[in-house]
Amino acid sequence: MNVFELEQVSYVPNDHHVLDEIIMTVPAGDYLTITGPSGSGKSTLLRLLASLLTPTSGQLNFMGQPQSSYDKPTYRKRVSYCFQQPTLFGETVQDNLAFPFTIRGLPFDQLAASAALDKVDLTDRTLTQPIVELSGGEKQRVALIRNLMFPPEVLLLDEVTAGLDKETKTIVHRLIDDYHRQQLTILSVTHDDSELASATNMIEIRDGRLEGQHD
Amino acid sequence: MTNLIVSPLALSFAVTLVVIALIINWHERIGLEKDIIVGVIRAVIQLTVVGYVLTYVIKLDRGWLTGGMVAIILLNAAYNAGKRANKMPHAFIISGLALLVATGLTLCLLLVVGTIKFTPSQVVPITGMIASNAMIAIGLAYRSLAASFHDQRQAILERLALGATMKQAASKLVRQAIRMGMAPTIDSAKTVGLVSLPGMMSGLIFAGINPTKAIMYQIMVTFMLLAATSIGSVIACYLMYPQYFNQDLQLNHEF
Ligand SMILES: Nc1ncnc2c1ncn2[C@@H]1O[C@H](COP(=O)(O)OP(=O)(O)O)[C@@H](O)[C@H]1O
Ligand SMILES: [Mg+2]
Repeated sequence: MNVFELEQVSYVPNDHHVLDEIIMTVPAGDYLTITGPSGSGKSTLLRLLASLLTPTSGQLNFMGQPQSSYDKPTYRKRVSYCFQQPTLFGETVQDNLAFPFTIRGLPFDQLAASAALDKVDLTDRTLTQPIVELSGGEKQRVALIRNLMFPPEVLLLDEVTAGLDKETKTIVHRLIDDYHRQQLTILSVTHDDSELASATNMIEIRDGRLEGQHD
Repeated sequence: MTNLIVSPLALSFAVTLVVIALIINWHERIGLEKDIIVGVIRAVIQLTVVGYVLTYVIKLDRGWLTGGMVAIILLNAAYNAGKRANKMPHAFIISGLALLVATGLTLCLLLVVGTIKFTPSQVVPITGMIASNAMIAIGLAYRSLAASFHDQRQAILERLALGATMKQAASKLVRQAIRMGMAPTIDSAKTVGLVSLPGMMSGLIFAGINPTKAIMYQIMVTFMLLAATSIGSVIACYLMYPQYFNQDLQLNHEF
């Protein structure tokens, strides 16, 4: 089963060739890393897959069906995108971890939140902490488990370890590896050598084109 | 109402008051002289024209003419409120609809319970009061929405990425905008009589009406403005915020 099938997917807003005729398939359970120079279109590719942008041409299938045939909120709960520089919202960490519950019409599960915080070496004392007091590494970890409060089928990670110290990087990589072992499909934009080593596949994007792809 | 007479001569002496404002402006180099002069001339011309039109409408006392005046007031208010939502699509239609419902409901209620009668001398000024307050409320709400969608763009994107519906992604900002629209009316309801004697009440007392009677009218006005500004802000905000999204539930780029 392929999670994603892309046929000549392009993103060309106002004649600006951001992504050009991408052809690729991502099998279920894959851990795919995406590399390439800054401005080459990596974030754009992830945002297309997350349905946060719509291809200007081409065919993008998720689980064998056109992406456009899915209800957006449902789709985005299945394909979860973690931003390059995430912003936490509200006042406290709990506001952020409660949001996935709120949008599902469920009461906030404090035990689940504590368990999630524990996985990234944060204590449940963090829950009541104002977000302005968090360090960059703490924010990034809260943002990541916000995407994982209800595990999606696909996790799209946009340079989530860039700029983190070595220790925090290890914590985040351990979490990602954990989810990969549980058959979660992961696409990760990264320049980190150790992450490239633990991935199962790798692609490179240059100037909006997939390296090694010929037309 | 015979104990108050403002003669044209008396009024022209009042021009000295405008001259004081002009001298202050000139002396302090505030630079609003032109605006003051334009404002004064416009006020005189507009009010004179409206005065003659109202006299005619009240004398004729025809239902269709009264309705026509109400329609003109609403269209003007919708145009002005829409301008404050600069560049947003459908701003005029949305503002018009919000104003129509807000003014219509409030006016109908006042007519049904018999607080006012369907005569031009009552319906036209009341409509003007309701529509102008609702217009200001809607304009403030639009400005708050635009500022929030700009400042909190990344937070909205994050919520959408987590699978929020349009309403779940924006409800905080919409509520804030409605609050902003209603704030002046609520503030003035709190201080009415203490800080300001509002226009209608002052006018009635000025014109020789018994203050206790004038107060009854002012209480009615306060209630109806609370109703009108809340109805207007709610409708305008709930119709306007989806304009910030495209059909794929993404944030529009232009705004
Ligand atoms: N809507 C758009 N219109 C024009 N250019 C865009 C648009 N979106 C992205 N770009 C440009 O596309 C390029 C790729 O961006 P991005 O995907 O963020 O690259 P990366 O994540 O690889 O650094 C950048 O040069 C960016 O400025
Ligand atoms: Mg990027």
